[in-house]
Amino acid sequence: MSSKSKPVLSSSIGKKLIMSLTGLFLCTFLVIHLIGNLQLFKCDDGYAFNNYAYFMTHFTPIKVVSYLLYASIIIHAVYAIVLSMNNKKARPVGYKQYNGQANSKWNSRNMGILGTIILVFLATHLQNFWWKYHNDQVPYVEYHKDLSTGTVTTHELQAADFTEYSVITENGVEITRARDLYKQVDFAFQNICLVALYVIAMAALAFHLIHGFGSAFQTLGFNHKKYVPIIRFLGIWIFGIVIPVAFALMPLYFYFIK
Amino acid sequence: MSAHMNLTLKVWRQKNDKSKGQFVTIQANDIADDMSFLEMLDIVNDDLTRKGEDPIYFDHDCREGICGMCSLVINGRPHGPKYGITTCQLHMRSFHDGQTIVIEPWRAAAFPVLKDLAVDRTAFDRIQQAGGYVNVNTGGVQDANNILIPKRIADEAFESATCIGCGACVAACKNASAMLFVSAKISQFALLPQGQTERYERAQAMVDQMDAEGFGNCTNTGACEAECPKGIKLTNIARMNREYLTAKFFREEDIHN
Ligand code: HEM
Ligand code: SF4
Ligand code: FES
Repeated sequence: MSSKSKPVLSSSIGKKLIMSLTGLFLCTFLVIHLIGNLQLFKCDDGYAFNNYAYFMTHFTPIKVVSYLLYASIIIHAVYAIVLSMNNKKARPVGYKQYNGQANSKWNSRNMGILGTIILVFLATHLQNFWWKYHNDQVPYVEYHKDLSTGTVTTHELQAADFTEYSVITENGVEITRARDLYKQVDFAFQNICLVALYVIAMAALAFHLIHGFGSAFQTLGFNHKKYVPIIRFLGIWIFGIVIPVAFALMPLYFYFIK
Repeated sequence: MSAHMNLTLKVWRQKNDKSKGQFVTIQANDIADDMSFLEMLDIVNDDLTRKGEDPIYFDHDCREGICGMCSLVINGRPHGPKYGITTCQLHMRSFHDGQTIVIEPWRAAAFPVLKDLAVDRTAFDRIQQAGGYVNVNTGGVQDANNILIPKRIADEAFESATCIGCGACVAACKNASAMLFVSAKISQFALLPQGQTERYERAQAMVDQMDAEGFGNCTNTGACEAECPKGIKLTNIARMNREYLTAKFFREEDIHN
């Protein structure tokens, strides 16, 4: 007798495949997001950052990718829940004594908890900036850039005077009117509780990715003598340390230095 | 002269697969440190039997680390506090006088407790039967060296084949995943020329059966590899994922059963 094997997505490995692909996609997003946000550290009253924010929300290919991104977060979280529930069911009676430290790393055993912290953070983060930016709840700003000297001056702009993002040139001065997400960031990060949440979430992200980045390649079946050490290096140093630390520095910078 | 010790055992006792079990405290006195863990249990059982009580039921057979029958989670670790050995290879010198030792069965939905410390591991047999074999034609026996296999490949296949099916990987895994076992069984054939005929059918059939038995999903914690008495490597799991995903996306084949 012959029969078809079960569909790939109903299998354990198929579901893990979804986890790893969405997880890695989120990792590439982190790199782009970080590079863009480094402009927050520029001392230009948000001139570069606000222009960048407009570009990212209005350039069609990037908008398409952003929808993929929202979908990835949701799918990653849903599959995390499905897999975790299956795993719970696979061991209905637990051990009286379980010495996990002896055989595995703490973060690898707590990916769900770390992910949940990240999810709570994401909801707050999107509400603070994404939602406010898209729903006209941020201040406005006007920049005057002298095209001959390149100096930029900042001017307040009342809501009544703002219609759309615009760049016009008058008498050798480039006038940019934009939503001031930079100011919103500055404002939000005066709240110590929010700063604390961001720093904690970045620590969670660090531990999530120290395990997750390498784990995703193992799930994909990629296990190569020469390249696995490189993946492990990237997972620990780039995704586990450099990226989360750089992100965590942003709220700290606005709270303590700006 | 070997040193002797007195130990307090907290042992899982369960009448049968239907009843609820509980931990029972049993004293193990005058245990020599050069005994194996199973010999210690033998002594305790002699004692219990003499007193007219039900001896502790536990699995064992070869008592030299090759059959995979012995199990036991000892103080929170499958096969006890040492790495790379089975419970029958564990000596009492790994413990000290006055120590409390918690002894539990493998815990997994797919490994139901039969009695006390013995669990039903026939789920592994059914996974093997689903595809862990090669078909061999009848007729004259071929000369052994007719099929050339590079030594590197033969060694790798042999390493995968050293899995004794004990189930410590499942017991150690926080998800009760059987992927180390299944991947070892898939690997030993995927690597060899003799295994090519059923290669992709095998990966699909064995993974299907593994899921049907109710084992959990691997999250690559590596606990299995650390606790495996035979040193089966995580590279096997990567290979299984490769075999299975290749089968699914490029070589879908029907399963014969
Ligand atoms: C920016 C956010 C996130 C990134 C970059 C990310 C990345 C990753 C990566 C690369 C993996 C490894 C996949 C694999 O092993 O195959 C992973 C695993 C996992 N993620 Fe996330 N993740 C994020 C958010 C979340 C959230 C919000 C949750 C929970 C709701 C979550 C829960 C999990 C769980 C439970 C695993 C374990 C699966 C496993 O190890 O196989 N993650 N994540
Ligand atoms: S992989 Fe190791 S731990 Fe798992 S059944 Fe085989 S020998 Fe036992
Ligand atoms: S009794 Fe055979 S391996 Fe322990």
